[in-house]
Amino acid sequence: MPWSRRHLLTIEELSLDEINQIHATAAAFKAVLGRRVKRVPALRGKTIVNLFLEPSTRTRISFEMAAKLLSAEVISFDAAASSTTKGETLRDTAQNIQALNADMIVLRHAASGSPLYLSRVLDIPVVNAGDGAHEHPTQGLLDTFTMKEHLGSLRGRKVVILGDILFSRVARSNIHALTKLGADVTLVGPSTLVPDWFTELGVRVSHNLKSALADAEVVMLLRIQHERQGASHFPSLGEYTSMFGLNKTRASWLNPKAIIMHPGPINRGVEIDSELADGDRSVILEQVTNGIAVRMAALYLCAGGQPENVAPVE
Amino acid sequence: MPSLWIQNARVIDPASKRDAVGDLFVRDGVLVASLSAADKKRARKIDASGLVACPGLVDIHVHFREPGQTHKETIATGSRAAAAGGFTTVVCMPNTSPVADNAGTIQYIKDAIRRDAVVKVLPTGCITVGMKGQALAPIGSLARAGVVAITDDGDCVQSNDLMRRAVEYAKMFDLCVMDHCQDHSMTQGAVMNEGVVSTRLGLRGWPNAAEDLIVARNVILSEYTGAHIHLQHISSKFSVDVIRRAKQRGARITAEATPHHIALTDEALSTYDTNFKMNPPLRTEVDRLALIDGLRDGTLDIIATDHAPHTDYEKDREFDYAPNGILGLETSLPITLEILVRQNKFKLPRVIDLMTRRPAELLKLPAGTLKEGAAADICLFDPTEKWRYDAKAGHSKSANSPWHGQTLTGRVRTTIVDGRVVYQNGKINER
Repeated sequence: MPWSRRHLLTIEELSLDEINQIHATAAAFKAVLGRRVKRVPALRGKTIVNLFLEPSTRTRISFEMAAKLLSAEVISFDAAASSTTKGETLRDTAQNIQALNADMIVLRHAASGSPLYLSRVLDIPVVNAGDGAHEHPTQGLLDTFTMKEHLGSLRGRKVVILGDILFSRVARSNIHALTKLGADVTLVGPSTLVPDWFTELGVRVSHNLKSALADAEVVMLLRIQHERQGASHFPSLGEYTSMFGLNKTRASWLNPKAIIMHPGPINRGVEIDSELADGDRSVILEQVTNGIAVRMAALYLCAGGQPENVAPVE
Repeated sequence: MPSLWIQNARVIDPASKRDAVGDLFVRDGVLVASLSAADKKRARKIDASGLVACPGLVDIHVHFREPGQTHKETIATGSRAAAAGGFTTVVCMPNTSPVADNAGTIQYIKDAIRRDAVVKVLPTGCITVGMKGQALAPIGSLARAGVVAITDDGDCVQSNDLMRRAVEYAKMFDLCVMDHCQDHSMTQGAVMNEGVVSTRLGLRGWPNAAEDLIVARNVILSEYTGAHIHLQHISSKFSVDVIRRAKQRGARITAEATPHHIALTDEALSTYDTNFKMNPPLRTEVDRLALIDGLRDGTLDIIATDHAPHTDYEKDREFDYAPNGILGLETSLPITLEILVRQNKFKLPRVIDLMTRRPAELLKLPAGTLKEGAAADICLFDPTEKWRYDAKAGHSKSANSPWHGQTLTGRVRTTIVDGRVVYQNGKINER
């Protein structure tokens, strides 16, 4: 099947085949990243606007890097600098950007569903760089890409996602990607942050860290998002760490070859021991590097490229 | 005013247990048993063959946005939407700008009604000053100014003590207190029902428990004080159960259900369409069916629309930021007929009862019947006509309806207020 999607809004709507196509395209671009001259001409002459209406460092830089390596022009702006602080609506802001001849918009927004909304308003492709607590598709794609690099096929592989699931778009995108790829997914965390409703998405929910981590091949930690929670979801960061923080003892329950992942930014000493974050099993920085390749693939495909046309790897 | 002779209608009047094909006669704005031969000759004749003639519909929960939010709706446009939907009496909520918490504002609204309304529009006043939930509004002055109920609609009084004093005080004036049941501490930032769908969509959930708590609170306060409390737009199964048991004990509790809560569930939000965003939110299929059961056994007393107009540009934005509320008046009858009569086999007179006599009796309004001597407020509708609803071409100033563009079955043909035809075949009959 040729790639036909113009927008990348959610992983939920992607087929398994589409996920694999993005991964294959990302693998080809990753090979380019290893070359002396990293830039490819795929999007020469195109202008991509990064519309980031919620603070982000890593994702924005990653998208900028990806666009530049594809030879696109990039304009990034964030909420503080934009007209949205003057009361302009998202529709008006985006239509202005389109009228300025942008070829694609990468949107980060605090409101769930806003990329879908924008895709209906605009004629140009929209790539979701994270919407509220809904999805962060390129993150889910880069996480599963990284897992595949270490484990091969993810079918039947035991993956634990640990932390603040309720408010996490990263968790939702990973849940959809992993279940489509056939992984065996368990969500772990305090009952207030991991409600049973998630089981309807085809995953297990547990509040018992030891049994969940036993023999897991991947553990993905999520940041505790103080800014999204009311005061009442758990007693304190200290109690969270004592109950659910990943430390050396708990890491020893994992499969000996297990990898430790985190989408960042990390709260060292809260959800993960500082040493573990820097240790052998941590692939946290690989995730960041893979993010560029996956975002190159997402931008390239949504701009109309086809996976088989990516320059063959020498 | 010419006399009216409505011929060959299926006349349904629950108050007089009438359901038979026949004629209706109107003289001087009042229903009469018959007309003299001379009057019959002069009377305006309306052939109602194949139509149902019922009392003009009554909706005790609408928002006409005047004063202050007249870009959304006015008493003029809202009352025309009511007429187009077959409604002849509507009760408008006090959450205007400024809010209707004093006799002066009520007088302003009544002046606008006298000047602009084409159906009977009745005002409500606030329970608390500024609708802020902190101090009682001048409820006695509001009663004297002519409000038919008090409510802080949308801003449920959170203090149990203040609510207790409000219902106790309002009871002195025989004034119903209507409450939008929502514990705010549990719904901070909430935009839809809390459950599987909100979890999937990443939207902040509004748990039904937040409604159930206040429903139970109101039942307790009603039984403790003996005051009448009306529970607005019930949305949860648990609340229906609480109300059912309260009524078995004889509590002075009444409750309403909206057409959208009996027709739709939170599954409709999967595309983040803000025309499905309202408060209380659409809930699950289990809740929806419980509301229908509640209407069937009388636990829920009436249908009310919560007609809540918002402009396109207000609704056309990110789901989190769009205002709550949808239109209701022009679709209430066809949707209710679809859900209750066609899908759930309610008898037609029973459904008309839920939309006429019962809401009128609930607030002791002189409406909702076709008995002789009653005001000639009449709705003629074709229960089988299929039509495409175009919200933008409707009579409301706004178009925020989840049924826009859909084909509905059952259409109001004629609306008569005090013997005057105010709406017929798609057109308002301006004075």
